[in-house]
Amino acid sequence: MTPLLAAENLVKSFSVSTGWGKPKRFYAVDTVSISVERGRTLAVVGESGCGKSTVGSLLLRLQDPDSGSIRLDGEDAMALDSNGLRRFRRRVQVVFQDPFASLDPRERIREVLVRPMLLHRLCDRPEALKRAAALMEAVGLSAEQLDRFPHQFSGGQRQRIAIARALSVQPDLIICDEPVSALDVSVQAQVVNLLQDLQRDTGVAFIFISHDLAVVRHLAHDVAVMYSGRIVEQAPTRELFDNPRHPYTRALLAAAPRVEIQRKSHVLLTGEPPDPTNRIAGCRFAARCPYVQDRCTQEEPPLVPVNAAHLSACFFATTLPQVETLPDTLPGTSASARMAAYRRARDRQTQQAEDI
Amino acid sequence: MAQTEQNLLLDIDRMSVALGPPGKRVRIVRDVSLEIAPGRITCVVGESGSGKSVFAMSLMRLMSDDISEMTAEKALFEGQDLKALTERDMLKLRGSRMAMIFQEPMTSLNPVFTIGDQIAEAVQLHQKVSAAEARKKALAALQSVHIPAAERRLDAYPHELSGGMRQRVMIAMALACEPSLLIADEPTTALDVTIQAQILALLMELRERSGMGILFITHNLGVVSEIADDVAVMYAGRIVERAPAASLFTDAQHPYTLALLAAMPHLGATVERLEPILGRMPPPWEEELGCRFAPRCPFAAPECAKLPPLREIGVDHHVACWRAPVEDLA
Repeated sequence: MTPLLAAENLVKSFSVSTGWGKPKRFYAVDTVSISVERGRTLAVVGESGCGKSTVGSLLLRLQDPDSGSIRLDGEDAMALDSNGLRRFRRRVQVVFQDPFASLDPRERIREVLVRPMLLHRLCDRPEALKRAAALMEAVGLSAEQLDRFPHQFSGGQRQRIAIARALSVQPDLIICDEPVSALDVSVQAQVVNLLQDLQRDTGVAFIFISHDLAVVRHLAHDVAVMYSGRIVEQAPTRELFDNPRHPYTRALLAAAPRVEIQRKSHVLLTGEPPDPTNRIAGCRFAARCPYVQDRCTQEEPPLVPVNAAHLSACFFATTLPQVETLPDTLPGTSASARMAAYRRARDRQTQQAEDI
Repeated sequence: MAQTEQNLLLDIDRMSVALGPPGKRVRIVRDVSLEIAPGRITCVVGESGSGKSVFAMSLMRLMSDDISEMTAEKALFEGQDLKALTERDMLKLRGSRMAMIFQEPMTSLNPVFTIGDQIAEAVQLHQKVSAAEARKKALAALQSVHIPAAERRLDAYPHELSGGMRQRVMIAMALACEPSLLIADEPTTALDVTIQAQILALLMELRERSGMGILFITHNLGVVSEIADDVAVMYAGRIVERAPAASLFTDAQHPYTLALLAAMPHLGATVERLEPILGRMPPPWEEELGCRFAPRCPFAAPECAKLPPLREIGVDHHVACWRAPVEDLA
């Protein structure tokens, strides 16, 4: 089956002025290949500066890669004329991190939602208005709020409006760049649930760019881990979290704060990512890697399968020691009994609300 | 927590803070009581708008009296009454006995001075030392927070450092005068997880070494479980639950604490669906009728129309809920 969106060997570099010297090339994305199937969620995770957002903007065709290819349903998306690009943009939409910045403060929500449909000539204005009302309901807001301006909404509501706007043109894929990072946990849960419901109901695919491993574990089907412009590991979500096969993924997982009973002893990652203007020979993670060998500093490890669907760019992927996976909250504590009671009470409350 | 009063670094009893012009003040922090002993890390956790940062700022008396009003039954820092101190006295305390670090290190550092100068300035403000001596202390401070090549970094400008390094510089500056209390307001929120883990480890190490107390403000329960000895959960300006960290996570009592735990995705355990908390936090100007979480609480009952006091429900474990424990209520 052809994947919905497939990118191969994307490279994107920027020129960085160094003051007096010759400008350097900064390789934000260095030979990255990813693909996503219809109705699936692929998460791209990594720390700031790893290139994950640049990958997003390349896939959106907001920036041109230096080299590499992007195919939508097998069709080349690199050589599109302006009409072709418009059709591409209808099918591939975006939701950004900061809903305060991504909505025009002077535009009513009605226009925010109606304009994309008219621009893409999906329907006439009366129909678009009807659809806008339905979209508001779909994202858990009400049609009466269409007359409002963005500042009259909270952060979580604004993010839902941004999602509604992306949905308005019935895309096949939405690229979500840190869509829940700016939200409080209670609100974050609403938006995460909304994304899951939308996927179930409409079959839309997501590329979910995030640094939050817990959200990714909850939401994604597959995960690609980026480090310094490259994908270092890629696997189905469960496999990646239970059996990480790259030292960087392990370090990320170990560093992620988690609610748990026993405080773990950290194997702390020392140092910081390498300067991406120097394309060093060898593995980019070598300088911080606890398992580093001579070979790692001499040649660059390719991203190769460890097993069927699991790729790792580490020479020692198969011989890394087993990780012990710690449960988050130990079952059997009074806290977990109370959380269960809380869920039951919540369910009953929702049930009652529906009965009325 | 079983400390005699003399030993306490910070002893706050029913502190309230109101903000706004005189006559139109709204209470952001309501009757917050908190104790910090030397060498303890106390986390105040809450969502945006819970009043946690305003609480931290008022401890340092960082908000001017024109726009804020702090009242408390008791507000002692190292035995001194914070309410009675003049601005002059506060100037002596701030930066020397109590220090603060913030979320965004770039906005807290002056971009046109080297970090060595900035740390030395803090030292010279509080101690009668020569410039050379102050520079030496700045170097020692940088070394104590494990900045590599500290000698060279003394002459670096903030923009030459990464976010994690800048936060280390902020910590070094805060610690240069060896304060007994460090207030850290979301110090790792802007950092990547691997850098965050480094900073948390550093704070724990410094606490171990110097015996200072740390008040750590955060919205992240994961971070709380990594670093806290004691935890206070804030909602709408009030502490709704307070407990030693170990018992908070095994024995969480308040429905809001449970709601937070059910709303967040966990790395170790996967659930079908997250439980968002319905509704919104009441704004501080809304009149306080009973428990402020009641409108969002699935356990709410008629008695919740009355404000629940913080009562002891376990060893050092306090909860402000009429209905707790809730496990048999549903």
